[in-house]
Formats: sequence, structure tokens, C-alpha cells
Amino acid sequence: MKHDPVDVLIIGAGASGAAVAWSLADTKMHILCLDQGGWMNPAEYPSTGRDWEAKFYGDWATSPNIRGRPEDYPVNDDNSPIKVVNFNGVGGSTVMYTAHWPRLHPSDFKVKTLDGVADDWPIDYDALTPFFEENDRMMGVSGLSGDPLSPLTHPPMPPQPLGLSGPLIGKAMNKLGWHWWPSDTTVATMDYEGRARCINLGHCTPACAQGAKASTDITYWPHAIRAGVELKTHCRVREILTNEHGMASGVVYYDKDGVEQFQPAEVVIIACNGVGTPRLLLNSVSGKFPNGLANSSGLVGKNLMFHPYAQIYGFVKEPTDSNRAPPTCLWSKEFYDTDLSRGFVRGYGIQFGRGAGPVFEAVASEQKGILPWGADHHRVFRRLNGHRLAVSAICEDLPEEHNRVTLDPVLKDGHGIPAPKIDYMLSENSRKMMDHGLARGREILEAAGATDICINNPIPWGGWHLLGTARMGTDPARSVVNEWGRSHDVKNLFIVDGSVFVTSGGLNPTSTIQAIALYVADQMKQRLANLFD
Amino acid sequence: MPTTNELTAAQRDDLRTVAAMIVPASDEYKVPGADDPAIQADMLATLGRDTALVAQALDYLARLAGKPLAELDAAKRDAVATEFRATGGAAAATLVRVVLQCYYRDDRVLRSLGLELRAPFPKGYTLEQGDWSLLDPVKARPATLRRAP
Repeated sequence: MKHDPVDVLIIGAGASGAAVAWSLADTKMHILCLDQGGWMNPAEYPSTGRDWEAKFYGDWATSPNIRGRPEDYPVNDDNSPIKVVNFNGVGGSTVMYTAHWPRLHPSDFKVKTLDGVADDWPIDYDALTPFFEENDRMMGVSGLSGDPLSPLTHPPMPPQPLGLSGPLIGKAMNKLGWHWWPSDTTVATMDYEGRARCINLGHCTPACAQGAKASTDITYWPHAIRAGVELKTHCRVREILTNEHGMASGVVYYDKDGVEQFQPAEVVIIACNGVGTPRLLLNSVSGKFPNGLANSSGLVGKNLMFHPYAQIYGFVKEPTDSNRAPPTCLWSKEFYDTDLSRGFVRGYGIQFGRGAGPVFEAVASEQKGILPWGADHHRVFRRLNGHRLAVSAICEDLPEEHNRVTLDPVLKDGHGIPAPKIDYMLSENSRKMMDHGLARGREILEAAGATDICINNPIPWGGWHLLGTARMGTDPARSVVNEWGRSHDVKNLFIVDGSVFVTSGGLNPTSTIQAIALYVADQMKQRLANLFD
Repeated sequence: MPTTNELTAAQRDDLRTVAAMIVPASDEYKVPGADDPAIQADMLATLGRDTALVAQALDYLARLAGKPLAELDAAKRDAVATEFRATGGAAAATLVRVVLQCYYRDDRVLRSLGLELRAPFPKGYTLEQGDWSLLDPVKARPATLRRAP
């Protein structure tokens, strides 16, 4: 079935799709967003039930392969030590994230100039500054301004309490003379624009029943819809079609009943992030674009960056916050910048973890061999449970073309659309960085008095950050989109998600992804008269 | 033959036995073992998507034991358990996880741990502010954000 054309068609209602939809709404154009998932129901979120922890291993697993909701698509990540995790639905992976909210540093945009590796971005931090600020206001950020090692931010809400775990970490870091600071997070610490304040339901990752954690279904989308944006759910886009002029003409998608539809559009914006976006482009093959859409550079799907997480944790005598607080509250940038005496280039941010719930603790500790079977189980469990502190080094992943997303020749989703295949290996630089992070993490834990130290190197189901697979740049031979997000090859096709990242930095990317989406929208609005020139 | 959501009687027997090996009852802590009927019933009722892997794990356990696990002497049973955990892979890990996730939501167990018998929502928890003066040395550091050209 063919529909009336729309001015702008956005594919994906997650972090970036919601932001770009909201920003473009003031143009009064007819904007339609298609998402393969539906609206979430907070009454069904895990923390509403006694089995809240068990759900994390099944219906609310971070891996789409384990979760297997109809809205999910499978990912062949067998050839990667880091597995892809995401969420599909209105809000996308902001429904299922830790809400940790650093932003890229100014130096992250000039990696080639400063350190002689990878490439510089075609834009700089200053270009994004107003959009970081706008996004922080829209998402509702809590934090403490004035971090001496981070870009200046102005969180509209005060930081999360330090709780029991924060002071233990702070004392250890002070003992070592290392930087630490309360994290900016998108957890509301006071009532904020219709969202209730955090009441410490526990681990924020598998969605927040209170609505204190910002996800775009409760932040951007209500505003965008009130402003006239149309959002259709359970619509999975198969491919983008092009016309005889090489312009995108619209998309073919399957509606909620599985019926194939064609939606014509004047402008198409992709917001499916670093795996979904290249998958869609590679599935959009035609005579004019035999290697996939927007792929004259051959770089669609290449340069996948994950952020390897090197995690180390231990157990202190004092009680920690366990599951009775948001999982992250502090960061450190002590090892963020390049120091070649460490044996690697670039660096990593540190994200501290407050603790774990009893089921998670029992399962993880049994797997690590520190929680025995038999009579001593109870004594040991009582020593571990509620006493965990964790240190995670979020290592900057440099772009390498062999780390890539392609189409799996066999695996398909529920609509028969070829699924993505991941080929990824850790670089020598990453391995050295991870080892350094673990060694420093051990020092931190020992300074806190922790014992029974365990590591996850890398965190296997740690592929939260999906970046770099449709990179931006000024050279069409070395990039997929230009410096304002428009495809070099298809002049009415834009990409606004994490796939446009040139380098990854060493921290959680969602704040920067959304700032880029707002920046691209702003660029489009400024160029409406000659958008396709 | 089991349906996709059920275990055979022999599998259920072995599940009960191995569950007690993982978490036995304790008079000291006043908690049941994971072979407690209510906890076993919870496991069987909520196996769901884990049924196939748990059944696979129990079949592997049965092959290692050669007979019902409960009929082995303690030393032999421990040896089988050690071998099962070392070589059972994802299926064994799933079985252990199913045992633990049901055990650690039982009222008697949570009470023994001093935890409240409720879902986190809607009451939530109170989080103390903590000692913010610990941040003073960090605030005193000079700003050294690396500049970009």
C-alpha cells in the first residue's frame, strides 16, 4: 500500500530520532517517525514485581538475542568478544540504559591533531555546546557543575546522593590522590517537567517504573507529538528506495499486521544507531547503489566502535547501596587523556558501581567461584551481598575498518529481513588500556579495603555503545555523511545517530549522540531553502 | 515425554537434589534449602524460556551420575557436582541461576537477610546524602581539561 508523501520521515524513535523529531517540529513540516517497537508500559517494568531481578535474565535482558521480543531483531555477534545490547521500542535504548551522562571532551574531536591517531571530526565541541545544553534541559540532567576535569555543564537538578557507596569510593580516590566527581545522570533528583523524582528503585538499566530516569518516550516524544509530529509504532523499515535521480523516495516497511507498505518522503532521516543504521543501508540495494545506499566510500558498517569495558569489583566490610540506589553515581577522568608512558594512546573514563541486588550477587558470585555450594554458602553470601563496589574502565575504542557490521547471509528477523553480523576484535591498544584500567581499579578497590576481587575483561554483554559505522567527514571517499549529517551520495538522506561518530571518546555517548541530532536538525532548518544543493 | 514447559519426574527429582547441594537448609541462619517444596514449586512454575536448557543440564547431570543423584553417596555426588559445574557450560549455568533466582526471592530467605518482602516500586528506598566534604580536595584541584586546538 502506498501512502501520501510526508516531508520528513524519521526511522527510529530512540535517543536521536526523538531529538531530531522534536527539533524539526517547529518547521511545521509533516514529520512522520516509524519505529519497529511500541510504546512501553511502566506498570510492566521489572521493579514493579518481586521477580524484578529474574527478569533481567529473560524478558528484560539487555541482549536482543536473549530477550527476543517481537520488536527485536537478532544480531549474529558470535565473532565478537563484546555482544551487542540495545532496546527496541519508543525510547529505544534510553529505556534500557544506566543514565550515566558524560559528554565528549573538546579534545575528543581532535584526536588526529593531538595524538596522531584515527581522524579529527569535521565539527568541534563548540559547535555542539548549545545543543548539549538544550539536550540536558530536555532530558533533565542531575549533577554538580564545576568538575575540574570535565567540560563545564549546567545540570538543572542537584546530583544524586552519595549514599553508602559514594563515600567509600571517594575516600579511596582521595587516598590515591585521584580525580572523582559526582556523575551527571539523567536521573531526576527532584520533580522535573512532569517526571517524578528518583525514589531509588534500584538498578535503573531495565527501565524505570517511577519515570525518574529520562527515556525519550517520556521526555522528547510528548513534546514532539504535541507539536504535530506523527509517530507510528510496530512499523519495521525494510529498505530505503531511491528514484531515477538518486534521491531517496521513501521507505518500504512492514506494519503491525506484517503487511508491506510504502511511505514516500521528501527527506529521510535514519536514527537506528551503529548497528541498525548500517544494516538498513546495506539492505537498501538497487541498481544505482549495488553495495548499499550511501556507500560509495565502502565505509558503511565499517569502523564499529563499542567501548570495551574493563570491570573489576570487590567486596568491602561496610554495607554498600546494593540495589537500593541508581547503579552509577560517580565518575573519574584521572586517566582520560593520552599519556604515552602508560603504553597506549588515548584513555578511559571510570564509572563506579554502587552494588548489586541479591539474585544478581548470588548468580555472579557463584559463576566467579567465590560463592560456594553447600553448607558454607550462607556464610559467604552474607559477607558478599550488599558489600560490592565496582570500577569500570570505559576504554576509548579507536576506529578500525575490520571491526564492522555486515549482513548475515542466513540469519533474518521476524519479517525475513537479513540480520546484522558483527566482526570485531580488540586492538592491542585497547588491551593495554584495559589492563591499565584493571590495575588502577585494583588499587582503588584495595584502597577501599575490598577483598574477593573479580574481573570482567571485557564485560561480555557490554556492547551498549554502537558507534562509527557511518562516520561523518568532509571527504566523500573517507566518510558516509558530511559535517552536518547529510549523506554524501544521497542528498535528501540524513543520519543522526551514533554511527556518525568519527572517534568514540572513553565515556557513555548518548548525551553526545543527542547533541549531534539536535545540531543536524538545526543545520537542516538553517538550510531549508537549499537543503539538497 | 516432557512437554516444552515441563520436566520429567526424574528430572524434577534431580533438580531437587542438586538444588539442595547448591543451597542446603541452615538452622544457623534459619533458612530452608533450595529443595524446599515452595521454592521448588516456584522454579517449576517459572521455568519458562529456561526449560530447555535446564532440561539439558539435568540430562547431562543424569549421564554423569548414572543413576538418580539422590542415590549416590555423598562423596560421589560431590564429584558429579564438581564435574557438572566445570563442564556443563551454559546449560549448567542456567540451572544454577534458576535455583538461585528462586531461592533469593523466597520470603523466609529475604527475611533472614534483613531485606524487605516487596517489590522495589512503588515505595522505593531512601538514600542518604553521604559526606560531601570528601569532595573538597577534588574541588581544590586546578582545572586541567585538555584543550583542543
